[in-house]
Amino acid sequence: MSFELSADHEVFRKVVRDFAEAEVAPHAAQWDRDHHFPVDLIPKMAELGLFGLVVGEQYGGSAGDGVTGSGPDFTALCLAIEELGRVDQSVGITLSAGVGLGINPILAFGTDAQKERWLPDLVAGRALAGFGLTEPEAGSDAGATRTRAELVDGQWVINGSKAFITNSGSAITSCVTVTARTGVIPGPSGDRPEISAVIVPSGTPGFEVQPAYDKLGWHASDTHGLVFEDCRVPEANLLGARGAGFKQFLAILDDGRIAISALAVGLAQACLEESVRYAKQRTTFGKPIGARQAIAFAISDLAVAVEAARGLTYKAAAMKDAGRPAAQVKQAAAIAKLYSTEAAVSATRVATQVFGGYGFIEEYPVARFYRDAKILEVGEGTSEVQRMVIARGLGLPVE
Amino acid sequence: MNIVVLMKQVPDTYAERKLQAGDNTLDRDASDAVINEIDEYAIEEGLLLKEAHGGEVTILTMGPDRATESIRKALSMGADKGVHVLDDALHGSCAITTAKVLAKALGTVEYDLVIAGSEATDSRLSIVPALVSEALGVAQLSGARKVTVDGSTVTIERTTDTGFDRVEGAVPAVVSVVEKINEPRYPSFKGIMAAKSKPVTTLSLSDLGLSPDEVGLVASTTTVESYEEAPPRAAGTIVKDEGNGGAAIAEYLASRKLI
Repeated sequence: MSFELSADHEVFRKVVRDFAEAEVAPHAAQWDRDHHFPVDLIPKMAELGLFGLVVGEQYGGSAGDGVTGSGPDFTALCLAIEELGRVDQSVGITLSAGVGLGINPILAFGTDAQKERWLPDLVAGRALAGFGLTEPEAGSDAGATRTRAELVDGQWVINGSKAFITNSGSAITSCVTVTARTGVIPGPSGDRPEISAVIVPSGTPGFEVQPAYDKLGWHASDTHGLVFEDCRVPEANLLGARGAGFKQFLAILDDGRIAISALAVGLAQACLEESVRYAKQRTTFGKPIGARQAIAFAISDLAVAVEAARGLTYKAAAMKDAGRPAAQVKQAAAIAKLYSTEAAVSATRVATQVFGGYGFIEEYPVARFYRDAKILEVGEGTSEVQRMVIARGLGLPVE
Repeated sequence: MNIVVLMKQVPDTYAERKLQAGDNTLDRDASDAVINEIDEYAIEEGLLLKEAHGGEVTILTMGPDRATESIRKALSMGADKGVHVLDDALHGSCAITTAKVLAKALGTVEYDLVIAGSEATDSRLSIVPALVSEALGVAQLSGARKVTVDGSTVTIERTTDTGFDRVEGAVPAVVSVVEKINEPRYPSFKGIMAAKSKPVTTLSLSDLGLSPDEVGLVASTTTVESYEEAPPRAAGTIVKDEGNGGAAIAEYLASRKLI
């Protein structure tokens, strides 16, 4: 058994860290202040191969051609998300969502024609895609989806609205995969909605991107509400089998949870580094505050949480790369996501406390970290949903 | 067009650098090792020329075992192969001996152009590219901010304090570059994976027909007799602006003969 990353992964982590330090960190505070989505950064990230880590070579990725090559490297993706998230959570989520929610559904369920049309641009960083699942009144409760897609004269006519959709309205967004009711499936315990996924190209008449949200954190990420009014797309834009939408996004979300866990690890790591640095430098009553047990012990606990979160995250990623059964990966993903995100929120509380009054001032990055943390406990399934998934995995008859 | 890039592994510029007691040579284990920063520009220029003209880029380095990591990084950026001159007897080699060894190693590969960074961040002598060209008996074009190759002619723009000189030479030649020349690429994930299977040749002194008494500390033309730690930085001077801030700053700068 080994707890070490492979040499390749270490080299790759170093490259992404260098990139993050040079190309992202110097701008993070400004982008946050200006609510600026750094669209020019996307092709640069793509040059490192970040959008292609789980995509086959025929679409420009690095995951082999299905016969030779190394296969999808989800662990590498998590390392990249962690390292970007260490300096800028918004950029981290842009990658996480870009691959996990933009590329993954098309890669996993698309036809060859759909893959050829969308993937090369997404992998090369010329485009981004979003995944429209959440609605104003339907999140993890996907059965409550109200958006409808009706097949009329060989076209899907979509009506409804979506909420909190990442990468859905950037200048380079090429499409959004939207889940919608496409019919009703009768059953012994009553009817339930048939949910399918449809690819909607940006700019399609009737597809309106709402202005960007005014968010607590993640100011430099691109998040919008979407409205569909008699939006028509070709029948061939159905993604995967009709009625398979529910099953599809459950699979997508499991991966996304590991990625969010990696994002949380990056944030907690940043809090640890900032806290250690500041505790050595700032003095009170003639001694650095790091000499005070109250501060030193709090930072020690923070270091423990970072290690634990990282271990759970890499384990879940390694299980996915090793092709372990879906139920096992689902459980590991939920455990990692729950622990890491709560650890990250707690880490930002410790870091801002270590910084004292300066932790409340936007000039210091820990204030931004504090604002960026909260969403981690919410996105891709709340902590409550993770606990529900874990309980079910344990065989408990939780409701 | 085949290009050899001379690359040096140096201690991380941002780390505290130390000499080791005993022989007063660089303590290479005291900090992380990285590709000498300007050499990354040399590698990038090699790759750009290869993309424009075809051919291969070979990375040549002389250094201890761990220099392999830097060769791999250069290969992951896109270079084709590496040559690593590795021999314990090389420890403590001066610039002149280093150039002699590199010139010998260049004799084992085919090249039209040798590209080097203009200086290394550790020793900062800036003399090795010139010494290599002398040892090879080929043209030296130094301090390039732009390189163009047309047939058998290489032309550079050499940076000067006021602008640039245009310098022309016949290939094969040695060109040293400065940071203005390009923006080095980051290795891609694919590049990292591909680098693993690219060939790296290790050459010992005997492979180069050199004997241990011709190189290293024993043959060095320079030695570090003694050294002292840099004194801790003194507290700065704070000029408080009480209506005379500008004059006070000017006075301070004048007292230091800076203006």
